[in-house]
Amino acid sequence: MSTNTSASAKPRGKAPAGERVADWADGRLGIYSLGKANLRKIFPDHWSFMLGEIALYSFIIIILTGVYLTLFFHPAMNEVVYDGSYAPLQGIKMSEAYASTLHISFDVRGGLLVRQIHHWAAIVFVAAMLVHMMRVFFTGAFRKPREINWVFGFLLLFLGMFDGFMGYSLPDDLLSGTGIRFMEGAVLSVPIVGTYLSFFLFGGEFPGAEVVPRFFTIHVLLIPGIMAGLLVAHLILIVYHKHTQWAGPGKSEKNVVGMPFFPVYTAKAGGFFFVVFGVIAAMSALVSVNPVWAYGPYRPDQVSTDAQPDWYMGFSEGLIRIMPGWEINFAGHTLVLGVFIPLVIFPLVLGFMGVYPFLESWVTGDKREHHLLDRPRNRPVRTGIGAAWISLYLILLVGGGNDLFATRFHLSINAITWVVRISFFVLPVLVFFITKRICLGLQRRDRDKVLHGRETGIIKRLPHGEFIEIHEPLEQGALFKLTQHEQPKPLEVGPEVDENGVEKKVGPTAKLRAKLSRGYYGEGTQIDKPTVEEYEEITSGHGHH
Amino acid sequence: MSQDMSEENLPDRPAHEGGSQVATAENPFADPGFPAHQPRRQDIDEKAARSSERTVAFLFTVSMLATLGFIASFVVIPIDKIVYIWPLGHISALNFALGMTLGVSLFAIGAGAVHWARTLMSDVEVADDRHAIAASPEVRAKVMAEFATGTGESQIGRRKLIRNTMLGALTLVPLSGVFLLRDLGPLPEDKLRHTLWSKGRLLINQNTNKPLRPEDVAVGSLTFAVPEGLEEEQHDYQEQLAKAALMIVRIQPNDIKDKKSRDWAHQGILAFSKICTHVGCPISLYEQQTHHVLCPCHQSTFDLSDGARVIFGPAGHALPQLHISVNGEGYLEALGDFEEPVGPAFWERG
Ligand code: HEM
Ligand code: FES
Repeated sequence: MSTNTSASAKPRGKAPAGERVADWADGRLGIYSLGKANLRKIFPDHWSFMLGEIALYSFIIIILTGVYLTLFFHPAMNEVVYDGSYAPLQGIKMSEAYASTLHISFDVRGGLLVRQIHHWAAIVFVAAMLVHMMRVFFTGAFRKPREINWVFGFLLLFLGMFDGFMGYSLPDDLLSGTGIRFMEGAVLSVPIVGTYLSFFLFGGEFPGAEVVPRFFTIHVLLIPGIMAGLLVAHLILIVYHKHTQWAGPGKSEKNVVGMPFFPVYTAKAGGFFFVVFGVIAAMSALVSVNPVWAYGPYRPDQVSTDAQPDWYMGFSEGLIRIMPGWEINFAGHTLVLGVFIPLVIFPLVLGFMGVYPFLESWVTGDKREHHLLDRPRNRPVRTGIGAAWISLYLILLVGGGNDLFATRFHLSINAITWVVRISFFVLPVLVFFITKRICLGLQRRDRDKVLHGRETGIIKRLPHGEFIEIHEPLEQGALFKLTQHEQPKPLEVGPEVDENGVEKKVGPTAKLRAKLSRGYYGEGTQIDKPTVEEYEEITSGHGHH
Repeated sequence: MSQDMSEENLPDRPAHEGGSQVATAENPFADPGFPAHQPRRQDIDEKAARSSERTVAFLFTVSMLATLGFIASFVVIPIDKIVYIWPLGHISALNFALGMTLGVSLFAIGAGAVHWARTLMSDVEVADDRHAIAASPEVRAKVMAEFATGTGESQIGRRKLIRNTMLGALTLVPLSGVFLLRDLGPLPEDKLRHTLWSKGRLLINQNTNKPLRPEDVAVGSLTFAVPEGLEEEQHDYQEQLAKAALMIVRIQPNDIKDKKSRDWAHQGILAFSKICTHVGCPISLYEQQTHHVLCPCHQSTFDLSDGARVIFGPAGHALPQLHISVNGEGYLEALGDFEEPVGPAFWERG
């Protein structure tokens, strides 16, 4: 604070304490340069942009509650006799991990609450990530320059699901042990190395005494560490790229319109953290999740009848349930396809989403930056693909709960399994075409709205007796919004012969690419948006109603 | 690749790209630019603003009270108190009180902050410019040149011997890490092929902990058994149990369709592995009429009257059967180990 800048009315003397601390920090960390770039950074507002925030906040909640749980949880599988205050299990032999989970639930005040918050937050976390990913997908926010950030986000989703599964396994109750057994069976199915992987994972034969402490380290240290790194990278890239926005009056590819980070966004986003936390805390007070004491300790010869994983694993559960039990025996070996194929399909179905931005930009040849979001209807093929993917996900969830559906709706499990098997192949195709159709219908509606105005619901009788509905012309802002989007054309394989009459070689990949590109943007994939000429002809022809 | 493609098909960027363009008479679809800011009630009416202020302050106060409530609940409510709350049922009073007070204290802070931001903080939209992410050609050229200088100075291009040995060293060094993982577990050997069952071992009823006699096994019931000598105290109890657990049923010998299965039974008493051949859940549901057992995990169904073959579900092969008989004292005993590995299939199973 040099004296010649304090020419204001402020009396001389010491700056306020806050300012002095800030100056001190700036001298060491350069916070003023950071603040200059970011304090008033603009963030556009839309409800769908909050989905990522929910994921972020539930992650923070998971970390906070998780650290608390590590203070009481003992990740050990040695056998103890339970003598805590949950009467039905007193005197029963169990692993120390399970006993300490009971201790947290019944003998630590607030321990049960924190356990429930941790579990609920994990469920919300994965759900929020998935829905967030869908919003990014359907609006095309993954396009250049954001493809890498999409991949970071995708990895977060994958790791998040995986870490949830690991956490579920830690209490060593009957349900979690069943999940681990499932994992052992899946690992054993891997050709050639499966048995070795299993013995290395479990430190010998299943279940052994190693799996809980090992999963503990992976669950609380390894995966969250990687996720924290990815998350920071994800957020830095959001700030660096600046957030996408919807098209509208005054909003373009070259600007970003919204509220400054400080104070409006700080208050809204910071406040929203407390809202999410508050709701999850209340959920944990009201709805019990994973009451491990009801299942009893894990024993490999016992099972609880309604063995169900958390919802985000229901998808792999579906795959494993509908798969026929194929086993191929040859030359003294067994290829356990019935388990191994689902094990491979699971990451493939997810991985398709992970690489989608690169697929799309390859097919469309679009290598430009995009900061304006697409309305899903204006990209019918992409929207169709996304909807088809969701339908696949959902049908496998149904498959994962086939026994629940069977008992609830009095159907035979056999019938449900076959329906799911057939749907696995047919449903995504159907959903794709239906979605595409709907998108085109919506585009047609937009076109009519632009050309003929908005329906007012007011009916007018013309002098010769005909009834017509009055259409009100759109304001210019609305016209702009409905017509500003691009309508790309498909890539084409260039002429077979160049200017000099020499035949050009067109490789099969190029042909495939052109074909896919026609699928994306060729005939029947969009309704031509109205042109100024069409608009003027109609408006001047009819006159305004 | 992209040479054979005409990328010109991509449309030109719309005209409005250069920023808000004033609407013209020629183009009714042009960007009209920002709409004028509409003031909120709170912007023009101090009374409304003060009411917002009171709402926010009220919410923050609620939060403080809820936190006090949390502390009070923590101190006052005994941890084992169960209360009935409709429609939740009988639940822990402490969990309910702590969760609700914590929930309210957090939620009220959030609601207050959001309300403050929405009603009192400026809602004038501001625009920031975007800049291309990619660097300008000048910057690019400069960085490339600097990188070239760096590689030149390191001489890595010229001194191939250094480059190659360095790559070799860097490739090999992670191998140490791989070797360090070796002791994660023992080798499988043929451990998955053997269980505790052996010739002469008695079948111990899991319910009574007594050796089973044929007359203990009634038609239509499902009995679980473990090998004699398997004690809960032993260190590998869980591992042995995971392989040796048995499921015993009695079926009229005439109803047993599979000949070998009938031979391995004792007067219609059949002993099968309890561990599902799909991914290893213990099987628990028995349908007396059909002699089907169902695995609760993924609904694999096995017909015990026909060599426990799979009749439905994702399991890949029948449940292994244990050859049993009765010893001189009238107790059921095993005549050997299972002939094939129990539980999920694996590569070496064959
Ligand atoms: C730990 C999990 C995640 C957290 C905490 C998180 C958080 C966020 C937040 C707060 C935003 C900004 C607001 C928004 O647009 O919603 C964002 C944007 C973004 N996220 Fe995530 N996200 C996560 C997972 C994912 C996943 C699974 C994907 C997709 C595979 C993804 C892809 C993106 C992309 C591409 C953006 C930029 C969007 C834009 O600028 O319009 N994220 N993320
Ligand atoms: S473990 Fe028995 S059906 Fe899957």
